[in-house]
Order: sequence, then C-alpha cells, then structure tokens
Amino acid sequence: MKMRYFDHMATTPLPEEVVSAMMPYLREEFGNPLSIYDLGARARQAVEEARAKVAGLINARPQAVIFTSSGAEANNMALKGIALAKQGQGKHIIVSRAEHHSVLNAARSLEKTGFAVTYLPIDKHGLVEPDTLRKAIIPETTLVSIILASPEVGSIEPVKELARIVKEKGNASFHTDAVAAVGNIPVDVADLGVDLLSLSAHQFYGPKGAGALYVREGIRIVPLIYGGIQEGGRRAGTENVPAIVGMGRAAEIAKEGLSETAGKLKAMRDRLISAALKVEKCRLTGHPDRRLPGHASFCVEFIEGEAMLLLLVSKGIYAASGSACSSKALKASPVLLSMGIPAGLAQGSIVFSLGRENAMEDIDYLISEFPPIIKRLREISPYAQTWGGVEESGQCIPQK
Amino acid sequence: MYSPKVMDHFMNPRNVGEVETPDGTGMEGNPTCGDVMKITIKVKDGRIEDAKFRTFGCGAAIAVSSMVTEMVKGKTIEEALSLSKEAVAEALGGLPAQKMHCSNLGADALRKAIEDYKSKQAG
Repeated sequence: MKMRYFDHMATTPLPEEVVSAMMPYLREEFGNPLSIYDLGARARQAVEEARAKVAGLINARPQAVIFTSSGAEANNMALKGIALAKQGQGKHIIVSRAEHHSVLNAARSLEKTGFAVTYLPIDKHGLVEPDTLRKAIIPETTLVSIILASPEVGSIEPVKELARIVKEKGNASFHTDAVAAVGNIPVDVADLGVDLLSLSAHQFYGPKGAGALYVREGIRIVPLIYGGIQEGGRRAGTENVPAIVGMGRAAEIAKEGLSETAGKLKAMRDRLISAALKVEKCRLTGHPDRRLPGHASFCVEFIEGEAMLLLLVSKGIYAASGSACSSKALKASPVLLSMGIPAGLAQGSIVFSLGRENAMEDIDYLISEFPPIIKRLREISPYAQTWGGVEESGQCIPQK
Repeated sequence: MYSPKVMDHFMNPRNVGEVETPDGTGMEGNPTCGDVMKITIKVKDGRIEDAKFRTFGCGAAIAVSSMVTEMVKGKTIEEALSLSKEAVAEALGGLPAQKMHCSNLGADALRKAIEDYKSKQAG
C-alpha cells in the first residue's frame, strides 16, 4: 500500500540532495573542526558554510547562530541560559500555555530552583492576547518566551507585536520557539524583533540531531553544556558535522522553495479542511486563517484519536493526535485543554500536517478515506449522537 | 504496538451494539480519561446468552470490549463474575503496560451489567 505521510510536525523525510551533501562527512571528511590540519579545516569550513545557510533562512548574521543537538536543546538553552545570565536583574519569566513541552518543562525546572514563572493563557484559537502579556510584565521579568507557530493546532502567534510590547515595557529578552514555523513560513529575526529563536533541522527536511539557537549579538547567555570552545564557548561538544552540513543544505532548499511550497500546501490544506468540516460534529482546532500553510487539525466528537490513527494507518495514512490514549504519558494535549476544549472532545483530536512531497491526489485519497473511519468508530461508540449528559470535566475513575 | 490479536479485535470487533431488551446494562469509564465501555447482557437460566458492547476509546479499549463479550457468552453468572482483567489481557496476547489499567475496563463494565441484572432480579 502506498504510504501517505501527513505527520510533518513529527518529522520530515530526508531528501536525496540533503543525504548526498552529508555523505562525505560520514566517510572521508571525518575531521574534527578543531583540528589544525587540513582535514579539520575542511570540517570547520563545512560547519561555517552551513551556519551561513541556516542564518540565511532566518535573516540572521551567521555569528548569531549556535548549533545545538535539537530544537528541545535550543529551547532549554534559551530559557535556562537567559534566566541564569540575567538573574541579577530579576527572577521572573513568562511563557504561554501554547508552548511545547521543551519550553514548559524547562520553565518548570527553573521554578524549582527559585524562579517565578507566569503561564499566559491562550484564547480559543490558541493565541496569546497582547494585552495579557502587557499586564504580566513586571520589573523583575527577564525573559518572555512565546511559540511562533503551534505544531498541535497550527496557529501563528502575533510574535512581532508581542516582542514589541516586551521591548516597550523594559529589559526582558524575547525568545520564540520557531521549530514548527521555520521552513513553512517566512521567518525573519530582524522583522520579528526577537532576541532568541529556536529551530530544528528535521522539521524542514534536514536530519535529526541538529538544531540551532539564534542569539542576537550582544546578548549574554549561560551555556547548558560546558567543555571546549565550540560555538564560541557557548555550546561545548564536538560538532555533529554531517548533521550540521545536512541542516545547512536543507535550509538552502527551504529558502529557495518557501513561497512556492507554502502556496501548494495552503491549497491542499484548504481542500482538506473544507472536506473535513462537512463531517458532522468535526471541529477545526486553531485559528482558521492565521495558521501554518500545511496544518489541518480537528477534534472529532464521540470518538478517540488513537483509534482513528490506527484505522488511518490501515489505509496507509500517517497522522497525529493529541488524545490521552495516543500519548505515551496518557495525558490529553495541555494546549487543547488550555484553549477551553473539554477533555472528552480533546480525546477526538486528529492532526494532519502536510509537506512538500504530498500531492493533491494524496489529499483526495485522505478525504475519501477519513469520513468512513469516523463513521465506523461512531458506530462503535456509546455516544453516537450526544454526550448524553456524561460529566466531561469530572474526575477520572480511580483505576484499580 | 499492539499484538496481532488486539489488532484483529480492533479491526473486526465482535458483538458491537446492544442486545435487545437487555437483562443487564453496565457502563464504566469517563470520556475525560479517554475510555468508556457499555456492555449489555441477555441472561437465560443463569447463563449469559448474549453480550454486546459499545466503546468510546482507543484501539486497546475496543479490542478489550470485543474480547470480553466473546469470553462471557455461555458462561454462568458466577463464572462471568470471576473474569479478571488479567485473563482478558492474556486472551488478547497481552496489552501494552500503559494500557493495562486505563483501557482494560471490560471486566468492570461486565461486572456492573451483572450487578444491574441481579438488582433487577431482586426487585
């Protein structure tokens, strides 16, 4: 059966041109970039060329880009690195309820060591209200971190406006987690006015194991990893040269095709959304317009996400869900709950994230297969038409 | 990943629906937590003649419900009451550890259906 992959927020495939750019650095060009002989110098040059390409994708200067192992590491570095560097000025940071676990859990770890954290509420579309942020900033606030685009509901936060508010109100640094955004929408650090920005290679057809943190020049940050002088002493550890080279090539390709790909994704996304919303009691999650070009996410009433995923896979369709049962932690997506979606309905979460290798024909196939799967599961569900007065917000029955 | 037996009962669930004029109905779970099972039974001469289910939940929850209804058909009330979660999981070729408790509500729903039957008999 042909595989139709609609889970690009989980990861993206590695195109041949990225693999072939990486291959020499897995074979004969194995040098350590710190070595002084020619083999090391060529590795160093490859890393610096990749840095320029990644910087080019976000309109940054190359020296402002620090390579990391992942988006999660970049997010941790931003939160902990700035909170620690600026703790003499204050010990208060602000994050939103739309954040990824790697931001939320980094914030929680800071809370445990004596920092105060404000978690900004989000509206029904998953967006932060600028006024809410304005009111949350206090003189002790040193960092504000708001996600650029949500991988779960696709909404694009008004980061430019939010960053401006932070600048008006004081000295806090502004970080944005752009992992789900980079490669999908234009991301320009100068235009956004952000001080720090996280990205991850495997979200834009680069390899796993490579991420980056943009840190505006002049901003001091405390490292997460101490050791040698790699990355200007801000991130020790021998560089993952093949992955970094792959990230550079992927950044170059993403930049070249950005507007064309976005147009194509948007057309496919809109067709999928309009077809899915014709299914009774299937709701779009996230903002209807301010959303990633390839992102279509829904909550389907009366059925559960993992069951949907399994039936979709049986048809060759790969997607994601924010339901409790589909997560290893068995907890429904906190982002969906923060948007005010009742816990029972959040169980019916399904997320299709499209990518540039998808074709309209794949969407047509999905549109033909998805509604019968919903129907099939509703025929099994005790709630075929209504929740029938069941307590949606009640306590879970204690499990024996 | 689920066992082939779980996948079989999920993809081809047995006994979906409600028995006609049920002698007992049992519901267990909460949609907030992800799984709800409703089992209806028909009892004749102290034996479970028929059992059907409806389930809101994940693949494991649907497979468990299907298996429970298969296992109890023809059993006496006493035998059915002694059906354990472990026995259901074992019949399915095992369940992932994290699904063992949250999705394995079939035996509980069945017990409630039997209690409902008994209370109707007593009434």
